[in-house]
Amino acid sequence: MYTTKTCDKKTALSGDRHFKNAASRPRLELESRDALKTIAIAGNPNVGKSTIFNRLTGLKQHTGNWPGKTVALADGVTAISGESFRVVDIPGTYSLMANSAEEEVARDYICFDNPDCVMVVTDATCLERNLNLVLQIGEITPNLVVCVNLLDEAKRKNISIDLERLSERLCVPVIGTSARRGAGLDRLLKAASVKIEEESNKYINIRYPKVVETAIKSVSAQLPDLKSHKVSKRWIALKLIEGEETLLHTIEDKLSIYLSDHTLENAVISARERIKSAYPTVEINDIIVRSIVLMAEDISGEVAVSSDSYKSFDRKADRILTSKRFGIPVMLLLLLLVLWITINGANVPSQMLSSGLSHVENGFRSLLVFWNTPDTLISLLVDGVARTLFWVISVMLPPMAIFFPLFTLLEDLGYLPRVAYNLDHCFERSKTCGKQALTMCMGLGCNAAGVSGCRIIDSPRERLVAMITNTFVPCNGRFPAMIAISSIFFSATVGLFQSALSAGILLLIISTGVLITLLVSRLLSETILKGIPSAFTLELPPYRKPDILRVLWRSTVDRTLFVLGRAITVAAPAGLVIWVMANVTIGDISLLAYSAGFLEPLGQIMGLDGYILMAFILGFPANEIVVPLILMSYASTGSMLEAGSISELSSLLTQNGWTKVTALCFLTFSLVHFPCSTTCLTIKKESGSLKWTAVSFLVPTILGILLCMLVAFVARLFT
Amino acid sequence: MNTIPLHKLRAGEKATVVSLKATDSMHRRFLDLGLIEGTSITCLMTGAGGTLSAYLIRNAVIAIRKKDADNIEIITE
Repeated sequence: MYTTKTCDKKTALSGDRHFKNAASRPRLELESRDALKTIAIAGNPNVGKSTIFNRLTGLKQHTGNWPGKTVALADGVTAISGESFRVVDIPGTYSLMANSAEEEVARDYICFDNPDCVMVVTDATCLERNLNLVLQIGEITPNLVVCVNLLDEAKRKNISIDLERLSERLCVPVIGTSARRGAGLDRLLKAASVKIEEESNKYINIRYPKVVETAIKSVSAQLPDLKSHKVSKRWIALKLIEGEETLLHTIEDKLSIYLSDHTLENAVISARERIKSAYPTVEINDIIVRSIVLMAEDISGEVAVSSDSYKSFDRKADRILTSKRFGIPVMLLLLLLVLWITINGANVPSQMLSSGLSHVENGFRSLLVFWNTPDTLISLLVDGVARTLFWVISVMLPPMAIFFPLFTLLEDLGYLPRVAYNLDHCFERSKTCGKQALTMCMGLGCNAAGVSGCRIIDSPRERLVAMITNTFVPCNGRFPAMIAISSIFFSATVGLFQSALSAGILLLIISTGVLITLLVSRLLSETILKGIPSAFTLELPPYRKPDILRVLWRSTVDRTLFVLGRAITVAAPAGLVIWVMANVTIGDISLLAYSAGFLEPLGQIMGLDGYILMAFILGFPANEIVVPLILMSYASTGSMLEAGSISELSSLLTQNGWTKVTALCFLTFSLVHFPCSTTCLTIKKESGSLKWTAVSFLVPTILGILLCMLVAFVARLFT
Repeated sequence: MNTIPLHKLRAGEKATVVSLKATDSMHRRFLDLGLIEGTSITCLMTGAGGTLSAYLIRNAVIAIRKKDADNIEIITE
């Protein structure tokens, strides 16, 4: 799953280099939880590391970042048989060759910070590739426990793993788990605690070609005793020969081993020369990786048995879902279906909530009257605050609470990478990568989630492009407004047919958003974010049967709570603000009319009016309050009208000068305007830069204003 | 030895990797995936909409772009 922990990533935009000068970076040191032993959890991305971490630590965890770096760190506490342990979740990586900030953090932590035990989580359905990391970690630390996770998935694919034999080959404990079901976690933790007690110093020995082995021995002989640092001499010798810059600096810092020392330097140089003469056409690093890959292949060949690797169901499904002819049409149909279910399914709950809440409102009003509250205060609290709150809950909540779970289902199923596969072609033309299709999809649910999902894009440049353009896909805080406005002004039919038409219109809007994303990405890649497209490969994971009921339930509840929370913290105060602005006058004019008047000229060119612009501005904290704010502004007392009455909505809007042109421009600006405050904060966190956050704010806004002007101009020609 | 670039492999065909001519970051990506000389690779699907094709590499389905697949020399089985 892509939407997991938060991640702050410092982006270095000079070309595509990830690292600054090693000397200027602060040391990596975590504050010690005194007396507690530490277990570090490592593994490839998407193997269930986070699931295990969450299950082990429960609520006793906190997220932040590694000191001096902006890579996410999650750390918590767990306990077994009365003993507590600190658990640290290391970023997911495929290897420790330090090709990215995450890999560097992982490697440095394991090697130099001496966790008492490293738990490597692997995917049983893909053991061979996962073993790469296991072997690399085994070279660095003797305190290793291997967890073979996703055994339930493996069983479904007829893959069986001989855990005992694997343990024999690796000489470390191997525990099988199905973390999603909570199975095996106790044994895993027990194995870790036993391993810690053992205090072994047996490392995994990877067999390199003879010349490399002799080279390692000769360099190793020149190294001082490293036992106190708990580091393997063999590994350090190997890394010195490999000669990776940043690691050399860290070795100097942490172990006081200097390559400037002549005897050592000579040993390393002659070692490299000997290897070079034996393998003139191959890089030393490649020789090493090759040995690791071959050993992983050998072990997994012995230990993993599978009948059909690419399961026939997956193959058949993909033949349709990613085919030239059917791939994109199926995608559109699927999205249309999801939208239709959302719109249709939201009707009944909306009605129920709306009538239920109006009873609550009446009750509240009577209570206030009973307490002899002054009339203005009653109006403020009931017509202003309470009504806005209830409006948002009854109109906005149901669609959001339905869309999100459906979307999560698709995500859990494994469908989204297929979307990226189908759309990569378009993104390549925009000089970015297909993974942006994935972040775009996530943005459909919630723009902030889409932005934090951008960490799956490796290249900092492309990641920024994806973050800046994420807001062009309407999040589901904007759907209900778009649906309402478009159904009032653009579709005259009623009933079931109407929801199909609304879904169609929404699909059209989303497609426009996608088109804009592609165009703006291309523009950014040619101007302020120039650069070369990154190395791109996309993995199509096997389809997983999601635990449907569990996902639906958890997602619906999560989303409902989230929207409710936001309604209380954002919508209610916004209602208050509008009420105050509508009822406080300077001279003869209310504050509201004053500010709307100020914005009116701009509004007019954009095909909107001052009140609408005001509503967008005040809607910065949350998109779902824009329409309520507009409605409240129009009702002259700044009070909300009852929810659910589409005809009242329609007449209120037309009375205030709304035409089809206004509706069209509203939809345009709603699609293309500044991201909401949560998204902006997320962009700041992910990019670590105020400058790029400002760009993410300004680009959609300016583009939106220009587009509206264009749309207004053209539309007016036709009316 | 008659080698052909990977992108010429058709759906359903199997091959062995002979050499990798990739650039820096792409090369490392291939290594991460376990794609080295002698690795067995099967083409599963070709070019939806243009550039991506999917291959079976060490039990994982990986999609690679045509221009990157161009840098991998293979020999069919």
